[in-house]
Amino acid sequence: MKVLVPVKRVIDYNIKPRVKADGSGVETAGVKMSMNPFDEIAVEEAVRLKEKGVVSEIIAVSIGEAKAQDTLRTAMAMGADRSILVETDVVTEPLAVAKVLKALVEKEKPDLVILGKQAIDDDMNATGQMLAGLLDRPQATFASKVEVADGAVTVTREIDGGAQTIKLALPAIITADLRLNEPRYASLPNIMKARKKPMEKITPADLGVDMTPRLSVISVAEPPERKAGIKLDSAAELVSRLRNEAKVI
Amino acid sequence: MTVLVFLDHEGGVIRQASRSAIAAASRLGDVDVLVTGPDAAAAAKSAAAIPGVKKVLQVTDTTGSSELAEPVAALLAQLADGYTHILATSSATAKNVLPRAAALLDVQPIPDIVAINDADTFVRPIYAGSALATVKSADAKKVITVRASSFEPVAAEGGNAVIEDVALPAGPGGSTFVSTELSKSERPELESARVVVSGGNGMQNEENFKLLEPLADRLGAAIGASRAAVDKGFVSNEYQVGQTGKIVAPELYIAMGISGAIQHLAGMKDSKVIVAVNKDPEAPIFQVADYGIVGDLFTILPQLEAELDKAG
Repeated sequence: MKVLVPVKRVIDYNIKPRVKADGSGVETAGVKMSMNPFDEIAVEEAVRLKEKGVVSEIIAVSIGEAKAQDTLRTAMAMGADRSILVETDVVTEPLAVAKVLKALVEKEKPDLVILGKQAIDDDMNATGQMLAGLLDRPQATFASKVEVADGAVTVTREIDGGAQTIKLALPAIITADLRLNEPRYASLPNIMKARKKPMEKITPADLGVDMTPRLSVISVAEPPERKAGIKLDSAAELVSRLRNEAKVI
Repeated sequence: MTVLVFLDHEGGVIRQASRSAIAAASRLGDVDVLVTGPDAAAAAKSAAAIPGVKKVLQVTDTTGSSELAEPVAALLAQLADGYTHILATSSATAKNVLPRAAALLDVQPIPDIVAINDADTFVRPIYAGSALATVKSADAKKVITVRASSFEPVAAEGGNAVIEDVALPAGPGGSTFVSTELSKSERPELESARVVVSGGNGMQNEENFKLLEPLADRLGAAIGASRAAVDKGFVSNEYQVGQTGKIVAPELYIAMGISGAIQHLAGMKDSKVIVAVNKDPEAPIFQVADYGIVGDLFTILPQLEAELDKAG
């Protein structure tokens, strides 16, 4: 069976993002970029399914600027077999991305699409659910365990206060949560091999998708800064301050 | 304008976070609410008593279908005709269902809002709260989740809304509910607790993590954890506070042995008073803490308990 894994190029999770002086957004020029961490987990899950013999082909997809091909090369170094870059300079909103992915799913006919549950730049947490909605297919979001057997996938999902298990008939959509797996590092030989793997380049227009964002950004600002307080020497002083100064206990 | 709020409830009791979503919705127009599940009738009764709610739509379902995104999203899309906005608190349930409903309506959702400027313009955190974006939606309808800690919840009692039955449409099929396993706790709910005691990597192991319990008992606090503590298996994931866990804003947040990674700070930096205990004086948590103690938390914990017992 075939799996499609969408991946997004975002500011590396170790970098503290800086708001641009003109308030138009967050500075990305000259900043280290990496694959969205949740997408790495999605790629890893697909690769593990391939290693188990459940999956025969993994296609990585990225929608974004030309440099997103670096992210696709990473996905292929981790184990994806080929990739598709849908090149656009427009801000990629989940609705438009879901429409691009729907068109690709109709073309490639994967049995599973595994996505990261959210991108750590816009923190939307929406694309997987929206793709499932547009395709009218079953969805399992925030997956912490995935088991494929007999044309169905059983997924344990993280929910508030515990876990839920659901069973989906294939084809289906899954979004990966943190604890699904620990992604591997691509080895040097695999990075070399990934350079030779095929990458198709198309545009949203080729798929008939209008990328125009529905949300316009009025401004982006730093959140109110919290000031560092004071260091205390003893538990006694802390309790006294919490009682008499902060009045919270 | 009338707004539909999809409510979260537990066994028929409306979650406080959902009352925050009603507070946000009230700023936009009249409020109708939707409750689903096996205990929908009890939830509808509680919802009808919430001031400001005009109408309660209830779906009583014992088949497990209301646990699935597919039929609930289809229902929201069906009901959307009469509403300008569809809102819910940013719970795992709403994050599962609302974006799917938005796709059915050809709408770009606006997740996790912290402020409402007008009917089209909202403020939401991006990059784990490292920046706040003000965005204006061009969609005719808005599909929104609300960060509960940013909106004071409306009261639970005092209203008298009408209750109507609605039926759950069939989903696309192919999705079956198997089971839910909830962990039991006598403590207050993490997201609405007045005091939260959280432990991090510094707690060292599962056994030591339990040492936070006597302190939490004395303060009537919920217990939280950093991602490091969850990943190392000291506690299960529903305790996690942070960008990818729960967002909390209690009156008092006590961080024990938590270094203060950006992703953790994103989940608690709006707390009224923050206390940090860490043996590393350079730990980033001290940059946001109102009161800090540099030292060994295993020495300080029993001292804190003793001090609380003294005059308390």
